[in-house]
Formats: sequence, structure tokens, C-alpha cells
Amino acid sequence: MTTRIVELRRGILKKNDELAAGLRASYAAAGVTVLNLVSSPGTGKTAFLEWTLTELRKRGTRVAALVGDLETDNDARRLAASGAPVRQINTHGICHLDAEMVGKHLQDWQGVELGGLDYLFIENVGNLVCPSSYDLGEAIRVVLLSVTEGEDKPLKYPTMFNSADAAVITKMDLAAPCGFDRWAALKNINEIRPGIRIFETSVKSGVGLEEWLEYLEEQRKGRG
Amino acid sequence: MHELSIVSSIVDTVTESLAAYPGARVKEVRLRVGALASVVEDALQFCYGIAAEGTALEGSKLVVNVLPVVMHCVGCGEDVELEGMQSFRCPRCGEPCLDLRQGRELEIDSIEIEDGKEAA
Repeated sequence: MTTRIVELRRGILKKNDELAAGLRASYAAAGVTVLNLVSSPGTGKTAFLEWTLTELRKRGTRVAALVGDLETDNDARRLAASGAPVRQINTHGICHLDAEMVGKHLQDWQGVELGGLDYLFIENVGNLVCPSSYDLGEAIRVVLLSVTEGEDKPLKYPTMFNSADAAVITKMDLAAPCGFDRWAALKNINEIRPGIRIFETSVKSGVGLEEWLEYLEEQRKGRG
Repeated sequence: MHELSIVSSIVDTVTESLAAYPGARVKEVRLRVGALASVVEDALQFCYGIAAEGTALEGSKLVVNVLPVVMHCVGCGEDVELEGMQSFRCPRCGEPCLDLRQGRELEIDSIEIEDGKEAA
């Protein structure tokens, strides 16, 4: 019997990373800007996305969305009211979306071609931990935080906030009744991800949304 | 709690690499895990025994080496290690740091195996 050390140096999520790299290349070839929306459950991702899809469609932009949940197609049905093509991904207990699930749902999506889209939104499973490890090939990772969750959320979940490209604060219409400390929230986000673009929004009052749409447009042009 | 899927992937990868060493048993698996990798060691250890059961990894030890976050500080012109994850600023000059150099690793570094046959 001999004992030996074998160097492996293998990424544990290598398979996901490779699939994500393939997706990223296909998004780029199709000219579609892909966004991955991540947050805790209840932040208002679906309401925010519902508004975004509806508004972008009104402006003649071609959009579609994939939405991840453990069970039910409730979110897909809500989002479909926007008129955009929407497809539900049920993970059946898995706490995040991965590149394989996204690739599979894109592949056999009847009537939807990446090349026919300006934006594809992927609403991840509500979870501020695990989705940070899984690249979906997205161009922009958007982390959402609602005023009802507390200003210290970025400090509690630094791995997610540090991996994001943009941050959206939702439910700003409830900021005053919740005693939301806006400056503390902005400071905490900036401590974890210095210089990140932050949007302070409410789909009820409409605040901050125009700026969000302008950002989307800038990002698309920057990639076109 | 995605540690079970991570551990299953470790078992699969190690099992594949054993093809070159027929009959070998794994004694130890060493990981390099960045502090920003969103993985909890206790949860990994908890799942490891279950995932290893019935494989060549059964009974082996999982060693997790946690790597601190290292950022490149533009102000200092050097790579600096962060003391925690509550502030992504250079601990020396206070400059915000954007350029991550270490901290998201999630990889199998090496394995220690016991050959099934006598060494030639």
C-alpha cells in the first residue's frame, strides 16, 4: 500500500461555469442583454419585473423573462400579464437557478428566439446566499433590497452584494412608515460594493423607475 | 443550503479522477474555499459523509482551507488582504477596492489516496 497526493486543482462548479460561459457567448451572439435578478423572498422582484416588462414593451422593446421558484407558476402568470413571453422554472427544492436549468428552458422555449430579444430577465429564486455562486451567463446581476428588510442587509449578505453590478431598493413608498434610514442603506451597499449603481424605486409611486429604464438602455447600447 | 449539491459535485469529480488509479481509496480531500464563496464549512462537513457513502471516498476526511479576501488597492498599488467582509476598503489607506484578486475560489486542491495495489 502506498499513499500519494494527487493534485487536482479542479473548480467544484466548473461544469456550471463552463455552461454559463457557453450561455454568455450565445447571448452576445444574439445581441440580447441578460439580467439576473436576485433578492430575499418578498423583496418585490416580481412586482418590479412586472412593471419593467410592461413599460419596456410599451416602448417597443422586445423582452422576455424566465422566473425561478421552488414550486408553482404563480409568478410566471403574474409576469405574463405584461404581454411578454414568460417561462417558469420550478427547481423543486433547489435554492438557486443554475446555468443548466436556464440553458434547458431557453432551448425548448416555443416561440422565443434569443436573437429576437433586446432583454432577457432572469428572476432567480428568492435567496440571498446560494444564487451568488451560480453564474447564469448574465451581463448584469441586479440585487434588490426592500425598505422593509432593514438597512444592514448588505452587511449581513456581503457575498451577494459584492457580486452584484447594480442594486435596486424597492418599496420606497414605505420608507417613511418603516423608519427606513436611507443614508445607512446607501452607505452599507457602498461599503460592500463601492461605486455600484443604486436605484431607489417604488412601483407604487413610480419613483426612481425612469432612471432604471435609462440604465437598461445605456447597458444595451454599451453592448450593442 | 446548496452545500449538498457542492459536495455531490466533489464526490463526482474525485471519483472521475480515480479512474487513473484503479482500486484506490481516498483518505483525504483538500479544498480551497474563498471567504466570498458563500459556502459554510459546517454544512459541507455535515453533507460530506452522506454524499461519500458507498463511494471510494467513504470514510475520508474533508479539509477546508479558507482563503481570505484579497483586493488590489489602486491607491497603494498593491494587493491587500481584507480583515473582514463588512467593508471593501483598503485596510491601509481606506480607498474603496473594486478589483478582487482572491476570495471566490471553490475548488478541489488535491486528494490523498491509498493505492489499491502494491507500488511497482
